[in-house]
Amino acid sequence: MLRSVKSWLGIAAAAGTLAFGASGVFAQQKEVVFGFQCDRTGPTATVGTVLCPGYHDYIDLVNSKGGVDGYKIKVIEVDNEYKVPPAMEAHERFKKEGAVLDGLYGTPQTQALAKKLEEDKMPGTSPGFGTASAADGKRFPYIFPIAASYWSQAGAAIEFVKEKLGTLKGKKIAYLFYDNPAGKEPLAILEDLSKSEGFELRTFAVPAPGVEMGAQVLDITSRYKPDFVVAHLFGRSPSVAIKELKGKGYPLSKVVSFVWGSAEADILAAGGYAVAEGYNTLQFAGVGKDFPVLKDIVAMYKAEGKPAPKEMESTVYYNRGVMTAAIHVEALRNALKATGGKPPTSDDVRKGMEQIKGFTLGGLVPPLTITPTDHEGGGWCEVWTVKGGKLVKTKEWYQGYRQVIEKQIAADAKS
Amino acid sequence: MFHREAGIFKTTYAADMALYPLPIAKWTVAALALLFVVLIPLLFAEYYLAILNLIFIAIVGALGLNILVGYTGQISIGHGAFMSVGAYTAANLAVRLDLPFWITLPAGGLMAALIGVVVGIPSLRIKGLYLAIATLAGQLIIEWTINHVPAISGGAQASIQVPRPDLFGLILNTQSRLYFFLLFFAALAIVATLNLMRSRIGRAFIAVRDQDIAAEIIGINIYRYKLLSFAISSFYAGVCGVLYTYYFGIANYEQFQLIVSIDYLAMIIIGGLGSVLGSIFGAIFVTLLPIVLRLLLENVGSLVFSGSELANVISGTRLAVFGALIIFFLIVEPEGLNRLWRNIRNYFRVWPFSY
Repeated sequence: MLRSVKSWLGIAAAAGTLAFGASGVFAQQKEVVFGFQCDRTGPTATVGTVLCPGYHDYIDLVNSKGGVDGYKIKVIEVDNEYKVPPAMEAHERFKKEGAVLDGLYGTPQTQALAKKLEEDKMPGTSPGFGTASAADGKRFPYIFPIAASYWSQAGAAIEFVKEKLGTLKGKKIAYLFYDNPAGKEPLAILEDLSKSEGFELRTFAVPAPGVEMGAQVLDITSRYKPDFVVAHLFGRSPSVAIKELKGKGYPLSKVVSFVWGSAEADILAAGGYAVAEGYNTLQFAGVGKDFPVLKDIVAMYKAEGKPAPKEMESTVYYNRGVMTAAIHVEALRNALKATGGKPPTSDDVRKGMEQIKGFTLGGLVPPLTITPTDHEGGGWCEVWTVKGGKLVKTKEWYQGYRQVIEKQIAADAKS
Repeated sequence: MFHREAGIFKTTYAADMALYPLPIAKWTVAALALLFVVLIPLLFAEYYLAILNLIFIAIVGALGLNILVGYTGQISIGHGAFMSVGAYTAANLAVRLDLPFWITLPAGGLMAALIGVVVGIPSLRIKGLYLAIATLAGQLIIEWTINHVPAISGGAQASIQVPRPDLFGLILNTQSRLYFFLLFFAALAIVATLNLMRSRIGRAFIAVRDQDIAAEIIGINIYRYKLLSFAISSFYAGVCGVLYTYYFGIANYEQFQLIVSIDYLAMIIIGGLGSVLGSIFGAIFVTLLPIVLRLLLENVGSLVFSGSELANVISGTRLAVFGALIIFFLIVEPEGLNRLWRNIRNYFRVWPFSY
């Protein structure tokens, strides 16, 4: 043992030189740095391994077309493993490398960095993560949810149910949710709507890790017998819910899922499209491959002599990555317009983010209008339904019960 | 490392039991203090201070767990939950009663200690894996309670925003200011643990760990000391949770879930059970290694892969290498990094005349 001490020191020294010696090679002019956090190895790896390549592909596409006003974009990605301390390390790293924005990943990570982002005057985007009240740009000037929050999704889900059932008066709606803060967040909206629309709401909590919900589903299908089920589950649990509901004979056409239970992967894990026929899903980015930007990405790969990435097949998450990247680039474009081509600061990019309007990328991005007060951009959703072996659009971009959501945001700011 | 003991004679018990038995050890400590208090904050960028800050917090937590697992031999998988108890206690006090950190910090620790004693009660009857499961239950019960009691969690989001600590009008809102704040508590925790382990209580902990029946026979009240160990360990965990809360500016129970308890167990096992230095090594290893590995892979990998492909490769490779390194170090030295360090030190102690 003792003899190997010297060789150890040798290895350590070599590793040290590699780690610190090689950095500093990149020094280009006309470059803007984006920080992007991801989870490719943690509990939400099924999302991250598809979403993050989408992000990179869009940035590569922009760079291959000459960048934004001559600026190439460099992305620094840090895998935070859905843990909070690495997220802080990632943010500091981005800051050190001069990043103009921080693409956040994960709800606790978004929460933990909210204060730091404000202190550092760096905008952070959290599509599908963080709290719904972060839509309030006055309260959280540097957090940008940029996609429908859980409150907006709750409003959209109930509006969809109303459309399906004709009326909500006297109807019974079951809310099947993952028992964590994110799962409980929409309750405020659902309870409010249940009063104003006159439907009965009953909640069914699924404890972590959410793969065991036989009792809840049996309760729903055999005892409560609701007219509609609104599901808000994460990770493996959406597929379990599809299987269990199907197994108990509940029609999946009367189920609508929030955005984290709505991917191709969930349907496949539940046993395929035939099993999930009729299942309704809420989306905050466009689904499918029928968008010009995705064709451009395929063409870009073709020009390099490579096949299109396999992640593209999982369009729900991939397109969300593309959407996040597109909004980042659009914010940068706006910022460069304001600075007149000078390198933008992170605060310039924040202002650029607040001017995003009418940017839809051929329908992949909802018709967002991000303003200094509304960082959510309006809370737009689409509904896609499993039909005949694929996801089919059943409802175009819409905002469900926007006034109720806005009222809730205002009330939350006061409390 | 280059301690020379020849010519140093201890003539009193006090000299033998001193915290720094050799004169050079005092100089080493002084040099370390100079390094950490003056040189590092002057020379290092904010980014490196941020990493050090995370390590400092981890050291406090790891020391606490090592007192319980390493010194007293009681396994616990509830360390993360005790942190959340400290975090929410401090956050509630700081927000509702507007109390400063020097009150909320010990209060968080004390509350965690109290809960720790309750969760530790099963240790009076059961040991080993059975106790692990009992503390696991404690972890889940505490998580559930925070999640479902709005009076503690502050609403459906279960997160409470906390103002930055205020030290005589100086708001600790940058990494370099927080650096001194966290350094102070990490140093305090280290010195306190070193002293605790030289005291009657520490000796009793070690006796309970080595053979609890024998310990009872020589007059140690093992019930009292087991619970005391839980209390002290949880106090550290609570303080660690409070430090996290002030560091991030928010208390959120999702930061302290089961995986955190496992991470801290990993820290002390890699670092070395039953040693203060081991806790420090473990905290550094688990916090720093993924970061260093990523920097290494980014630089080496960029020679082979381009842009987005690189990001694809790094995460998986890093995890695999990290896991492999843990296995490797534990095979080389099952008693952890601390033992490895001692071997190195002993080698140089008699160098170049090793026989």
